[in-house]
Amino acid sequence: MTINPALPIKFSRTHRLQWEEAQQKDVILYPEGMVELNQSSAEILKLCDGTRNLAEIVSELEQKFSTSGLTNDVTAFLEVALHNGWINQN
Amino acid sequence: MAGSIKTKITPPRWLLAELTYACPLQCPYCSNPIDYAKYQSELSTEDWKRVLTQARKMGAVQLGFSGGEPLTRKDLAELVKHARDLGYYSNLITSGYGLTEERIIQLKEAGLDHIQVSIQASTQELNDHIAGTASFEHKKEVARLVKKHGYPMVLCVVIHRENIHQMPEILAMAEELGADYLELANTQYYGWAHANRDLLLPTKEQFEKAEAIAQAFKETVAGKMKIYYVVPDFYEDRPKACMNGWGTTFLTIAPDGVSLPCHSARELPGLDCPNVKDYSVEEIWNESKAFNFFRGVEWMKEPCRSCDEKEKDFGGCHCQAYLLTGDMYNADPVCSKSPEHGVIQEAIDSAARSALSVNEKPLIFRNSKNSRLLS
Repeated sequence: MTINPALPIKFSRTHRLQWEEAQQKDVILYPEGMVELNQSSAEILKLCDGTRNLAEIVSELEQKFSTSGLTNDVTAFLEVALHNGWINQN
Repeated sequence: MAGSIKTKITPPRWLLAELTYACPLQCPYCSNPIDYAKYQSELSTEDWKRVLTQARKMGAVQLGFSGGEPLTRKDLAELVKHARDLGYYSNLITSGYGLTEERIIQLKEAGLDHIQVSIQASTQELNDHIAGTASFEHKKEVARLVKKHGYPMVLCVVIHRENIHQMPEILAMAEELGADYLELANTQYYGWAHANRDLLLPTKEQFEKAEAIAQAFKETVAGKMKIYYVVPDFYEDRPKACMNGWGTTFLTIAPDGVSLPCHSARELPGLDCPNVKDYSVEEIWNESKAFNFFRGVEWMKEPCRSCDEKEKDFGGCHCQAYLLTGDMYNADPVCSKSPEHGVIQEAIDSAARSALSVNEKPLIFRNSKNSRLLS
């Protein structure tokens, strides 16, 4: 599965992304499961709100963290996320 | 005997709230204790809210509302709302019996995250026979309504000798109903399933054939439907890492408030499982005898004690060790290293003889009358 660069990316409405105080980390919750996220993964997913496409997410992250060259890493992570059903592009 | 104080205690992550033992179904593999009819009292709404609050504070996040049939609790939506306000990810584990569209909407508004509907077979005749209640068409309708109202739809089918031949039709039914998750749960032989084991345990050939069909199907629905396959541990040679380790992750609260490290632990002798009416969840989790009983590895006997896999499966399942060897400190006899491993083959042989017998005894259905007779 690959990310379509033209379409906006949206976090799945059948999963929930939330901060867990006890674990001091963001997690994805879904039936029978939980994925613990590191900070960069969580930052990427929080931008998947259905208004931004891949390039816009990358540019927003690069601005926020005053860096560049994030395209490959972000794309690779979003492909994993798409494969796992955490995000969609419909 | 209790676990070593050196064992680091991790907080609970999963809370199973068994709201009631009342159930309109009579499934002969029910995971409730055989003697459930003895336990008539149920926690009040306020008790449950306090328990949810305390467990959430410790870090529990996955919450299952189970039973019995949790829909029989009139305060279900109120408890769901309380759970949502606390930040739980909550699951209703239901037979679907009595679930109306109105209630599905009401629970969604209260903040329920998903609904797991159990179906007993792919045909009305077998479903209604196993469930002991005419419920097949209604269950399928409920599954469609769950989908329609935007919940992830989890279909659960418990697999045993009576329905294992229906595997292809069960998978087709899950696809037709649009299941997002399909739980194919090979029966685990505790409680009622233990009592009915001769009639429920499939042969190795039946199991392998069904598993091959399910695995092939898994490929075809990858990305659309996620399949959870619960293996029948009688055909494994290493035990399951039961509950991810005793008192590490899972907390079950029975209808009367008794707290259990696993939902079958009520069958184990001498644990003195504490009640949430007497102690806080934190006291129970951290300090009670029951939750410390099998924490860590100090409790182990041979062959577990010197086994290099002891940190992987924690000696397996204590309930299984108790039921099949009479001693809960023994290694789970599923393990081929267990000196008692032969009891597993005996059980398999006994079930095979029963299947061929012309006078096969009938299934014992899970109901209050049978519960009182057997306890």
